[in-house]
Amino acid sequence: MTQATTAHSAKDATPYFDNVIQKFVLAATFWGVVGFLAGDFIAWQLAFPVVNLNLEWIQFGRLRPVHTSAVIFAFGGNVLLATSLFVVQRTGRASLWGGAVLGNFIFWSYNLFIVAAALSYVLGMSQGKEYAEPEWWLDLWLTVTWVAYLVAFVGTLYKRKEPHIYVANWFFLAMIITIAMLHLGNNLAVPTIIFGGPWWKSYQIYAGVQDAMTQWWYGHNAVGFFLTAGFLGIMYYFVPKRAERPVYSYRLSIVHFWALIFLYIWAGPHHLHYTALPDWTQTLGMTFSVMLWMPSWGGMINGLMTLSGAWEKLRTDPVIRFLVTSVAFYGMSTFEGPMMSIKAVNSLSHYTDWGIGHVHSGALGWVAFVSFGALYYLVPVLWKRKSLYSMRLVSYHFWIATIGIVLYITSMWISGIMQGLMWRAYDNLGFLQYSFVETVAAMHPYYIIRATGGVLFVAGSLIMAYNFIRTIKGDVRDELPYEAPAAATARG
Amino acid sequence: MSILKHHAKIETNVLLLMVGILLTVIIGGLVEVLPLFTIQSTIEKVDGIRPYSPLEQEGRDIYVREGCYLCHSQMIRPFRDEVERYGHYSLAAESMYDHPFQWGSKRTGPDLARVGGKYTNDWHVRHLTNPRSVVPESIMPNYAFLHRPLDTSDIVAKMKTLRVVGVPYTEDDIANAKADLVAQASDSANTDALLQRYPKASLGKKDKTSTSVTEMDALIAYLQVLGTMVDFSTMKPDAIR
Repeated sequence: MTQATTAHSAKDATPYFDNVIQKFVLAATFWGVVGFLAGDFIAWQLAFPVVNLNLEWIQFGRLRPVHTSAVIFAFGGNVLLATSLFVVQRTGRASLWGGAVLGNFIFWSYNLFIVAAALSYVLGMSQGKEYAEPEWWLDLWLTVTWVAYLVAFVGTLYKRKEPHIYVANWFFLAMIITIAMLHLGNNLAVPTIIFGGPWWKSYQIYAGVQDAMTQWWYGHNAVGFFLTAGFLGIMYYFVPKRAERPVYSYRLSIVHFWALIFLYIWAGPHHLHYTALPDWTQTLGMTFSVMLWMPSWGGMINGLMTLSGAWEKLRTDPVIRFLVTSVAFYGMSTFEGPMMSIKAVNSLSHYTDWGIGHVHSGALGWVAFVSFGALYYLVPVLWKRKSLYSMRLVSYHFWIATIGIVLYITSMWISGIMQGLMWRAYDNLGFLQYSFVETVAAMHPYYIIRATGGVLFVAGSLIMAYNFIRTIKGDVRDELPYEAPAAATARG
Repeated sequence: MSILKHHAKIETNVLLLMVGILLTVIIGGLVEVLPLFTIQSTIEKVDGIRPYSPLEQEGRDIYVREGCYLCHSQMIRPFRDEVERYGHYSLAAESMYDHPFQWGSKRTGPDLARVGGKYTNDWHVRHLTNPRSVVPESIMPNYAFLHRPLDTSDIVAKMKTLRVVGVPYTEDDIANAKADLVAQASDSANTDALLQRYPKASLGKKDKTSTSVTEMDALIAYLQVLGTMVDFSTMKPDAIR
């Protein structure tokens, strides 16, 4: 069994397939840098349109889906695959179902799907629905890959030696099942090739208002399940593991798990407030969005309180700092989200940069930070290194990225609220005070600040990539140690 | 909390956990999304809404291809400032033939739901070619590459596909698709039959850089019809409820 490695403790001889996990970790690191770079590039395009370079393939409209797909599906997806397949083996004391063959199939199929999807956008083959841009043939490709993932995950759960399924796996499983449902439901389309048209193109079976609702049923729950439930699974394994403390409350995890997955699905219509969507649907969406605040904070409390008795680690372990800060950002964005879903607030915030800022406080602060924490944990364990190359570099990454996020979200709060107010401003004669383009011009300084924050975030990810390369090579940087040397990483 | 003790049954059984998850996540969609397909009042009855002409549909496909919806909404909300800035708030019927919908979620640029007829064709050509030549503060990319010829070979297949998903193109519409497409972008063609099929279609050659039909011709034909199909001087809001 050359692909398998033995577990670290002597009494447990379950062979874990870590080789494939290593690949997902490397892919996640690579796609993270690519996705953040793409995002920062289009941020500069908004500040200075000349950055579009008059090239049709890289103008904002075609690159923006490359950015979102690269960070959500490529970076986030590879992190989820790495962590879920790592955790499901460890917590069940079972080796990966399907072994290296299925694991490698999932890896290559998923990552080639991402390359093909990105190429399809720059070549102008978008299907025109946010976060669901891939055309029908790519959708089928992803469906096959996702089913393989479901089979590998459930198969591993099925042959576990632990009687109880650990809480992290509930979240991973909910993510896999729900994403499958959403993906199939939102992407039903008829290809034009049936009538001799272009092979790559299709038309959605839904139109107008029904298409809008289906899209945001999908879109909001891509956030709710891919970027929330899945990453809560990461939190439930890596925070307790790194802090060496048990999860704060088992009861709370049960209650907030079922409440979260039940309520999230209803929240989609808050993306369609005051549109031509019927009022009853909007009101229902708003109500459930506000209720969603509670199970979200249930997760945050469970994550943060796990640190009870181990808070000093925040000072001594920069990896814990990433994990804890991510949970704090999760709490902030899951308060901001329900607030923005209230129709009166939404009438100001919708269509503005406030939404962009909200998404990024979740995506950078929560999703990326919890991912960084998990990756910093995983690399020494998977490559059997005593420690990371440098804990100081982890700390630099943490602070540079945090400053980047703060620049990003504060500039977007200001520009978003300002633009929303400018659109509705009247002068004392009763005329609209600002033309639209005056509000665009007013955004300029904030777009520069935002893009600068992005530069910092990209720089942080490059520091991480460098740290990983040196760690994998087996190097240890000659530096003053933190108070508690990273012994925890070696134990796995 | 004795009920939580029973959770052990779920968390020790993969199948039970999977079924439990699926049932829990499916309810919201069943209650919230499905009724929109069956409740009649979801889309109000309005006169004037018609399928897009072949040239407009080609223009719409370019709009989708270039990701215009990422910066421009097509959904005017019922607020005083939006109605004054953009026109009558959007009706569900106005996007009933939009596969996919392009309501958008961000206004980096202005809403386009009623941009039709607001600017001249010539303005659109200049603006798409170099937005800053007419709006100095604009941050929109240049779309000069749209001066290239439009690939018209797929319009019949596209309209047949759209008919399958519910756009009521007639046999007559499809038989005349190619002729209509060329005629709409021509200054000299007889357009009586075209206007019969597609009332209010924006006629004439827009992009003067080429004698053949260009992608810009198609995109501008689409932009010029946006929001113009319903005659709001005769429409009574109460009647469509």
